Amino acid sequence: MTSISQVASQDSALPKVRVDMLPLLLVPVLALLMLPLVGSFPTWVTLTVAGLAMGMMVFMMASGLTLIFGLMDVLNFGHGAFVSVGAFTATLVLLPMKSWVEAESVWMNLSVVGLAILLAMLVTGLLGWAFERIIIRPVYGLHLKQILITMGGMIVAEQLIHVIWGAEQIPLQLPATFRGAFIFGDAALEKYRLIAVGVGLTVFISMFLVLNRTKVGLLIRAGVENGEMVEALGYRIRRLFVGVFVAGSALAGLGGVMWGLYKETLTAAIGGEITVLVFIVIIVGGLGSVGGCFIGAMLVALVANYAGFLAPKVALVSDILVMVTVLLWRPQGLYPVAKR
Amino acid sequence: MIRTLLSRDLPRSRPLSAMLLVVLLGLMLAPFLVSGARSLNVAATICVFVVLVASYDLLLGYTGIVSFAHTMFYGIGAYGVGLALHGMGPSWWAVFVGTAGALSLSLVLALVIGLFSLRVRAIFYAMITLAVASAFSVVASQMSDFTGGEDGRTFKVPEILQPSFRLFDAEILGRVVDGKLITYYLVFFSALALFLFMLRIVNSPFGRVLQAIRENDFRAEALGYRTVIYRTLANCLGALIATLAGVLMALWLRYVGPKTMLSFEVMTDILLIVVIGGMGTIYGAVIGSALFILAQNYLQVLMAQASAAMSGIPFLANLFHPDRWLLWLGVLFVLSVYFFPTGIVGRLRIKALLRGRP
Amino acid sequence: MSDPLLQLAGVHTHIGQYHILQGVDLVVPQGGITVLLGRNGAGKTTTLRTIMGLWHASRGTVRFDGGDITQSPTPDIACSGIAYVPESMGIFSDLTVRENLYLAARSVKRAGEMDEARLEWIFGFFGALKKFWNQPAGTLSGGQKQMVAIARAIVEPRKLLLIDEPTKGLAPAIIQGMIAAFRELKRTETILLVEQNFSFVCALGDSVAVMDGGRIVHSGSMAALADDRELQHKLLGLSLDAHQ
Ligand SMILES: Nc1ncnc2c1ncn2[C@@H]1O[C@H](COP(=O)(O)OP(=O)(O)OP(=O)(O)O)[C@@H](O)[C@H]1O
Ligand SMILES: [Mg+2]
Repeated sequence: MTSISQVASQDSALPKVRVDMLPLLLVPVLALLMLPLVGSFPTWVTLTVAGLAMGMMVFMMASGLTLIFGLMDVLNFGHGAFVSVGAFTATLVLLPMKSWVEAESVWMNLSVVGLAILLAMLVTGLLGWAFERIIIRPVYGLHLKQILITMGGMIVAEQLIHVIWGAEQIPLQLPATFRGAFIFGDAALEKYRLIAVGVGLTVFISMFLVLNRTKVGLLIRAGVENGEMVEALGYRIRRLFVGVFVAGSALAGLGGVMWGLYKETLTAAIGGEITVLVFIVIIVGGLGSVGGCFIGAMLVALVANYAGFLAPKVALVSDILVMVTVLLWRPQGLYPVAKR
Repeated sequence: MIRTLLSRDLPRSRPLSAMLLVVLLGLMLAPFLVSGARSLNVAATICVFVVLVASYDLLLGYTGIVSFAHTMFYGIGAYGVGLALHGMGPSWWAVFVGTAGALSLSLVLALVIGLFSLRVRAIFYAMITLAVASAFSVVASQMSDFTGGEDGRTFKVPEILQPSFRLFDAEILGRVVDGKLITYYLVFFSALALFLFMLRIVNSPFGRVLQAIRENDFRAEALGYRTVIYRTLANCLGALIATLAGVLMALWLRYVGPKTMLSFEVMTDILLIVVIGGMGTIYGAVIGSALFILAQNYLQVLMAQASAAMSGIPFLANLFHPDRWLLWLGVLFVLSVYFFPTGIVGRLRIKALLRGRP
Repeated sequence: MSDPLLQLAGVHTHIGQYHILQGVDLVVPQGGITVLLGRNGAGKTTTLRTIMGLWHASRGTVRFDGGDITQSPTPDIACSGIAYVPESMGIFSDLTVRENLYLAARSVKRAGEMDEARLEWIFGFFGALKKFWNQPAGTLSGGQKQMVAIARAIVEPRKLLLIDEPTKGLAPAIIQGMIAAFRELKRTETILLVEQNFSFVCALGDSVAVMDGGRIVHSGSMAALADDRELQHKLLGLSLDAHQ
């Protein structure tokens, strides 16, 4: 058996583990650099929290999209429709249960919003399932048709929202105890933004755990890199994909509810408007990468908030500027996904 | 003669030829066939959209590029002349400066976006153009000192194009030859010329290479065509023609504003028209635009009646509300991508082929 | 035991408009190593992919273990007991070595429940895996990646292993180790091995088939081919001497 151990003894040096840390540093470094520019610490804290909150909400909407793309090479241009549908579905709970929304009780507020979120995720999840079957399945692998057809699906969905909920804006009230801000010294932290950060972190951590600790999660990551090999190992990637599609749609629905409450008014175009931002975020992060998507969302949102304060005119195009800068540095986004 | 004009790319289907002829004659004689500002406006809009959609077809249908920045170029053209005329007064010099400026800006933008993202995949390009176009439209509506913001700008066109201008005192065929009529024919003949030009392009060797690229990227690359260069060229060409369409529209409306020139709705309209009319045929732009614009202006009246008739039933009444006509078009769009991806023109041609005669 | 484990009869495969396999007849008996030889572009990889259902035959049949798998989807074929080591290895580079093997162990529900004894058996010939157990597989060297790829195929008992050019790009010393590993493997497994490296397989193979232009042009026992220099020269365009 000497020759056998020969295989083992080859290449005995431990390979260096290349964990790409640079993108991870971007967000903290950016925030610290902005501190002297903003000048006042309390303002900086407020801006940073606002940016993080917005980033978290965008992340919820974008994470599903990037995974869907990574896994099946499908880009859903109609992803924004799930955001709109989620937000509008929430009104089915929030409007009739107005008294719970207006009550000065944290528990009543939480449960009514929780219920709204649950319903919204259920509806968008189901819708995602139907969307995948009816709209996407016939056009796998055909990018051109995918773009056209999902765009068409988006138009139809937006119009159907008009049909069901009417064409008027719907005001959406923030629950009583979610309004206002905590005051720390001179810094005012809006409660709802903190809630958004909390929900966003929860989503991110759960996603991280699922993708790293469960077999399904590992299969998804493996499938993003090489779907054919996942099939050759005996797993049906279609099933995985449907699961990811449904989960991604439900997350978009969650993001829609959070975003709708943040904006406090709903129009059917809410999803379409946010789509551009979502696309920028997933391009910045690297198409298919959840971690990149998270950093991208924070980066874009923070820059938008700082720019809004320091140079409002620049804020109009700050998203594009971030995207261009990142792509000049890394043409495939922060975390390029290895593809077969 | 006709053959040469059409660059030997004939309609290849009797019903299609007939429809094209009807549209052509209808547009050519529109000022004499219909009365009222609204109808003439419909006709002029069709002319402009034929150009705009055909230039998009150059990208989507012939090159396989999905761009969402086409309205941006259209808007650049419109704003270019609009702002020039607004700032420099109603002269042809202003029209020239505005057009030239708009064309240069479009060219630069198209080049930059193209070189930046056409190297990568179709999907990437679609996303980038979507982002750039939306940023552009935000900037345009925010720079209100310059662009007039959400309200846009109205302006005066050169004297000969002004409605109050009279070329003769007498009427011709019962119509006064006023500035509006002259503008209409300016729009019509420019549109016709641009259309024939595009027909020439797609049937030139350059157009054939584009189609080869659309069919098979790798093979075209292997044949020695630098696909990026060809794509970028097609992209620039499409952008420039869209810019000219914007110029025509601004001259016709004597107004520019973000809603009519830059909004995403215009982009959706273009997409719907090109797919329903027939991608990769150029003629599809004619049929599609004519049907779409007519429907947009007259179908809604019908829908209003249907909606009123159903006013007792809340959901159905909403379904047929005139503002919901996009819903039906959207459904038609999705169905046509699946079931007849070559659109109306493609259908008619296939029928003609099956019948075994041109 | 008269039926072969795997049998391809008159298999044609098209990739797009290209007609790649043009009537492949191939038999893999139960047990031992069947070697598939042939020059570059002969269609060896395409044959394996067709067996695996990654391409589908446009004509002909693929029978495995008594069933017809010609049109079965890839996951079903894998679950019927065929493991595949592709030419590109198909490593999941983001995942650790352990996670790579864990995914290959279909019946295991938790990473900790993989069969220890079997893992030790694998470490017996691919010791590097034990060392890099918790490293992302993407950070491994080419040879180590190949070990991961083969280990994935044998992490659970399978009826047939399809292995595509395991020596591609490996240093001669490592190839020696691979030979030993395959000797050990063939005691218990049935392997269809695609190779270019004749010296590597002539010591290992039991039976052999040679492909050219999308067809099988020769099949027989390895020993016979190894002895017949002239036939080697005719079929493979090289002699063993020239190769070494
Ligand atoms: N995806 C594909 N598209 C088009 N042609 C292909 C494709 N894959 C393989 N081919 C062609 O099929 C033929 C056989 O390829 P195959 O990969 O099966 O050869 P091989 O015997 O494995 O060669 P090698 O020893 O170089 O790996 C080649 O001519 C190749 O060009
Ligand atoms: Mg091969």
